[in-house]
Amino acid sequence: MDELLRLLKENALESPANLAKMLGLSEKDVKDKIQEYEKNGVIRGYQAIVNEDSLNLDKVSAVIEVKITPEREGGFNGIAGRISRFPEVDAMYLMSGAFDLLVFVSGRNLKEVASFISEKLATIEGVVSTATHFMLKIYKEKGVLMAAHDENERLQVSP
Amino acid sequence: MKTNDSKSHRDYIATHLKGVPRSGIRDFFDIVSSRKDIISLGIGEPDFATPWGIREASIYALDRGATSYTSNLGLESLRSAISDYISDKFGVRYDPASEILVTVGVSEALDLAVRAIVNPGDEVIYHEPSYVCYAPIVTFAHGKSVAVQTRPEDGFVLERDMIEKKLTDRTKALLINFPTNPTGATLNRGQLEGIAKLACERDLLVVTDEIYSELTYEGERMSIASMPGMKDRTLLLHGLSKAWAMTGFRLGYACGRRDLIEAMMKIHQYTMMCAPILSQKAGIEALRNHDADVERMRRAYEKRRNYIVSSLNEMGLSCHMPKGAFYAFPDIRSCGLSSKDFALRLLDEENVACVPGTAFGSSGEGFLRCSYATDIEEIKEAMKRMAAFVERGARNAERGPTPFS
Ligand SMILES: Cc1ncc(COP(=O)(O)O)c(C=O)c1O
Repeated sequence: MDELLRLLKENALESPANLAKMLGLSEKDVKDKIQEYEKNGVIRGYQAIVNEDSLNLDKVSAVIEVKITPEREGGFNGIAGRISRFPEVDAMYLMSGAFDLLVFVSGRNLKEVASFISEKLATIEGVVSTATHFMLKIYKEKGVLMAAHDENERLQVSP
Repeated sequence: MKTNDSKSHRDYIATHLKGVPRSGIRDFFDIVSSRKDIISLGIGEPDFATPWGIREASIYALDRGATSYTSNLGLESLRSAISDYISDKFGVRYDPASEILVTVGVSEALDLAVRAIVNPGDEVIYHEPSYVCYAPIVTFAHGKSVAVQTRPEDGFVLERDMIEKKLTDRTKALLINFPTNPTGATLNRGQLEGIAKLACERDLLVVTDEIYSELTYEGERMSIASMPGMKDRTLLLHGLSKAWAMTGFRLGYACGRRDLIEAMMKIHQYTMMCAPILSQKAGIEALRNHDADVERMRRAYEKRRNYIVSSLNEMGLSCHMPKGAFYAFPDIRSCGLSSKDFALRLLDEENVACVPGTAFGSSGEGFLRCSYATDIEEIKEAMKRMAAFVERGARNAERGPTPFS
């Protein structure tokens, strides 16, 4: 992966001037490259990683294993496209193994999520079955630990 | 009659120890640790914690009751892992049964190597500025350390002719460390070959401290041990402290000819017995499965290096681009202060700690060691403060002859 993308994945707020210094590029080069990535859809957005467990939100999240019947034309993509467009769906992946789609959904409460599943998701033609798991606690998200951190005291000066 | 609690005035300290100064690092550490809220670029160890998979291997071993001594040489499975790793990355194969000794850090390996080869009065040549222990351990072994001064104008490299000038008929060994702490210098193939040839011609032993080897950012990575004719006359010392971020595990090793390893083992078995078993277990995991973690950290250091070196140059402190390790070594002579004064004033006025170059030998005068094994956000803040410090000095200079007084 381009080192610029790696740096942005770590900290999307890093200024082009600092990125340029770290990569040995000019600031203009960095800005151009970022613009190019945005234009051709490699970079699709910038978001903060929020520890939602610390916020007492009215929010529940669930992961749903969905089995679907692939279509003669388009395979999984037609149904997958339909499901992924629901705003309740936060993330979704096509999987190998015992089910086909892994769907991450969230809502304000259990009832809301449940009714999304039974009324919207399960009724889509081609959806064969669903198995829902509600999430209880976030330990790690996007490579960032939410519930723990390393504690280490280094000496202030060492050889 | 004398009583049992009479005060003794006898000097118990061995004479050969008295000439050895306290480490300049310790002096500076004492000053720094009395202060709060400083940003430290004075730290010679990774800011990363040991990769989790390696830590987990050690925890698993502890769970399973690995709490005993190991063989003096170190666990057989670790020596095999070392043999494979060195063969893979350095192109030299050592026999795990007789040519590898596991030690408590490269620190112990260095001490054993020197004690195993030095007769009283034998000379060991090393290059300066250098890691702090080289000269003292030679003195402890009743040998004579001979420094070759490397020069900033050629990037602190070591060439054959510089060593030749220091050779005497007592010269026994050459101790080298590339990439170098504190300069970040590396040697190219030609320079290494030149030194290797000299070692062969003069039948010298080369002790090579490869602890920063994985943290090379430019150029080919190679060890003198792999040069023609050198395997037999090289002691290759390496450890997991830096590239695997395992300083606290205290794990290192020595590879070399059977008789040399046997001699080092003799000292090791009576003075240390073995390296801690939990560290050895972690070491197996590190060497077998964590190249990707090493590479991840190396890449992070590389970006910080680029950032810190360009910031230092921007503020007017000329700084060569270090090719390895994790230290920038800027030239502060333009400020008109000694290394020590610069470091003290910087600490005092801006709460930024760097190590004066003189801690690494007198040829470090005029330089400062800034470690970039430091979080990038801290480096940014430190560079801002240092720039303000240098700027103030420059402005004062317009008014009077001594910039910082
Ligand atoms: C060049 C060099 N050699 C050896 C060491 C000691 O390393 P270890 O932790 O393996 O004893 C260090 C540590 O700073 C070093 O910089």
